[in-house]
Amino acid sequence: MCNAFGIVNASGNNIWVEGMQDYRPIGAFSFLGRYRVVDFPISNMSNSGIDRIQVYVRSKRPRSIVEHIGTGRHYNINSKRGKVHLLFAESNSENDIYNTDIAAFSENLEAISKMHEQYVVIAPSYMVYTQDFNALLKQHIDSGADITLLYHITDNAKEEFLTCDTLNLNKQKGVLSIEQNRGTAKTKNIFMDTYIMSKELFIELIKKAKKVSSVCTLAQIVNMECDELDVRGVSHRGYFSTITDFKSYFDANINLINMKDANNLFDPDWPIYTRTNDSCPTQYYETANVKSSVVSNGCLIEGTVENSVIGRACVIKKGAVIRNSVLLPGAVIGENVLVENQLVDKRAKVIHVKELVSPADKPGYIRREDTL
Amino acid sequence: MNQNNMVAMILAGGRGSRLHDLTNKVAKPAVSYGGKYRIVDFPLSNCANSGIDVVGVLTQYESVLLNSYVAAGGRWGLDAKESGVYVLPPREKADANLDVYRGTADAISQNIDFIDTYSPEYVLILSGDHIYKMNYAKMLAYHKEMNADATIAVIGVPFEEASRFGIMNTDETGRIVEFEEKPANPKSNLASMGIYIFTWKLLRKMLLADMKNPDSHHDFGKDIIPALLNDNKSLYAYKFKGYWKDVGTIDSLWEANMDLINENNELDLNDPTWKIYTEDTSTLPQYIGPNADIKRAFITQGCVVEGEVKNSVLFTSAKVAAGAKVIDSVLMPGAEVEEGAVVTRALVADGVKIGKQAVVGSADSKNIELVAKRVKGVE
Repeated sequence: MCNAFGIVNASGNNIWVEGMQDYRPIGAFSFLGRYRVVDFPISNMSNSGIDRIQVYVRSKRPRSIVEHIGTGRHYNINSKRGKVHLLFAESNSENDIYNTDIAAFSENLEAISKMHEQYVVIAPSYMVYTQDFNALLKQHIDSGADITLLYHITDNAKEEFLTCDTLNLNKQKGVLSIEQNRGTAKTKNIFMDTYIMSKELFIELIKKAKKVSSVCTLAQIVNMECDELDVRGVSHRGYFSTITDFKSYFDANINLINMKDANNLFDPDWPIYTRTNDSCPTQYYETANVKSSVVSNGCLIEGTVENSVIGRACVIKKGAVIRNSVLLPGAVIGENVLVENQLVDKRAKVIHVKELVSPADKPGYIRREDTL
Repeated sequence: MNQNNMVAMILAGGRGSRLHDLTNKVAKPAVSYGGKYRIVDFPLSNCANSGIDVVGVLTQYESVLLNSYVAAGGRWGLDAKESGVYVLPPREKADANLDVYRGTADAISQNIDFIDTYSPEYVLILSGDHIYKMNYAKMLAYHKEMNADATIAVIGVPFEEASRFGIMNTDETGRIVEFEEKPANPKSNLASMGIYIFTWKLLRKMLLADMKNPDSHHDFGKDIIPALLNDNKSLYAYKFKGYWKDVGTIDSLWEANMDLINENNELDLNDPTWKIYTEDTSTLPQYIGPNADIKRAFITQGCVVEGEVKNSVLFTSAKVAAGAKVIDSVLMPGAEVEEGAVVTRALVADGVKIGKQAVVGSADSKNIELVAKRVKGVE
């Protein structure tokens, strides 16, 4: 039991993943073959004993996330006491600039006020990490801080995390400000868009932000309050990746082929739940040649697969070669087709085109359900 | 229940003693099969896919795991209102002593009150330890069409094997005229699959009479079916075509797993219109290492393969370390083959570790080796 309710926040209008996001919000992106990105924050909350979770959907195409989360039963939450509640965050404004997280929260202020837990844990649906929020909440309460923010130290801030915010900390881990990562220095504290505060303060901030500006975000209002409130940072350890553009999504998948990194993210005592598809095991045929890859169930593999992530129920025909690629569920690669550095979206078929090769630093994208 | 007025009862009390150590702690229906399933998933999924909402599971032998496993009816979608999987072990009753189920028929007799609460028109009797996919709704339609008192599903077996089965001799309309248990000289090759549809009113009457009969074995094959034939009731054989296996021995369990490796195997677990449902485990996808060599294999989630796997089936979270070889073998859930070990023609039981460099089984063995205890390797 945890004295907090959870909020899984949608990505802001500063983030856009080319191709993929035309079809679904980032939370509904397939991840590492069998998961969707939103499984990580929800499982973190569920494993932390948070059993009332609001998931905000800010997308013109919410179908896949609604379908995936459904009743939320697969997240191992008590079905009477707990609930995964999908809340829609689109204000239907023509101008996307108005669709901020604060706008979504204030539209659903009643649902937030109704929660009986004293605290709120807010985590993003576009970042992949594991974190015990109950331990973090305990730390928050013990410290006496008004707001606790989670951050991750990176030595790669010039190349990565460029759309993320960073925390400017004093020696006591007090947050001085929240600033955008402009790639000016190697080492930065990347803000994981994860907050803990009391429900009371959260509601106060929502109201305040609305008064400051109609396009104010939660991060912006917290930044403005840094002088007034006791805002502290807590450093996160373990695997961390963000999905903020096409390349970061592609890399987040490919990087987890490495068992060491995967063990850094996945802990048998901290299961990541997802919706089962009841697929049977994967069939490897006589001509199969699979190396350094992550493979989901329900696939039929006759070809060669190297350094790739293969989603559920993919079909890889004889003579096909797949290298450094991510196949989303149901993709079909025909006979003698070479696929290199590609992201093949759901149920796309590459049959007629015999060679799909992109440079390693600029992977290609094949759209959902396309036939090539 | 409202869907087709039929309640299913799965007989799941058997030990399956020829499976040796595999059934020391669990009943045969709970034995793992096909990478991610347990045998009882097949009749349960068939029920769910056939539109049967109420399923009673009769357990007896080592039923702790089986009881909790089948009680989660949501796994098979059998958790809607008016629907459910009900675990029915023997129980104490006001008017009788606590007694074990004395036979297959007795297991049903002792649960007449359970079936009566649903007042179904038909009752489907199934075995919990067979592997097959079957639409019971079609069998029920046949039962109604024939206006039968009882319908028994049969499968054609090779004549030379027919003396191992209960054989149904039928007339040209499909009506059963004679039932012979393991006949020395079989007259037909239609073997009973142990799947029966009865009109409940009649079966209820027969069971009440059978309970009082001191000479009865309280068994469907030995007592109930012969008694029905004796009374000149109309019994029909429903011919089933397709994959059906009763895995009684280690060899046949191994073989049934091996069947899945064959291209276009008859069981076709990949058919989206007739999925087999099972427990949902939270494991990673399969991790295939840089030096893995996998040919002709059926592998499920949670497995880590860094060595060689040929002609084998790997169950949930089985691990094959670098330099290890797994050939013509079955690794059950959580089995681990450590560096350099070689496993050939073996069935490695749940969670068993084969130590470094150890050698298990051999290519020319007559029988499949069951490995149920840790094999020490080079330390």
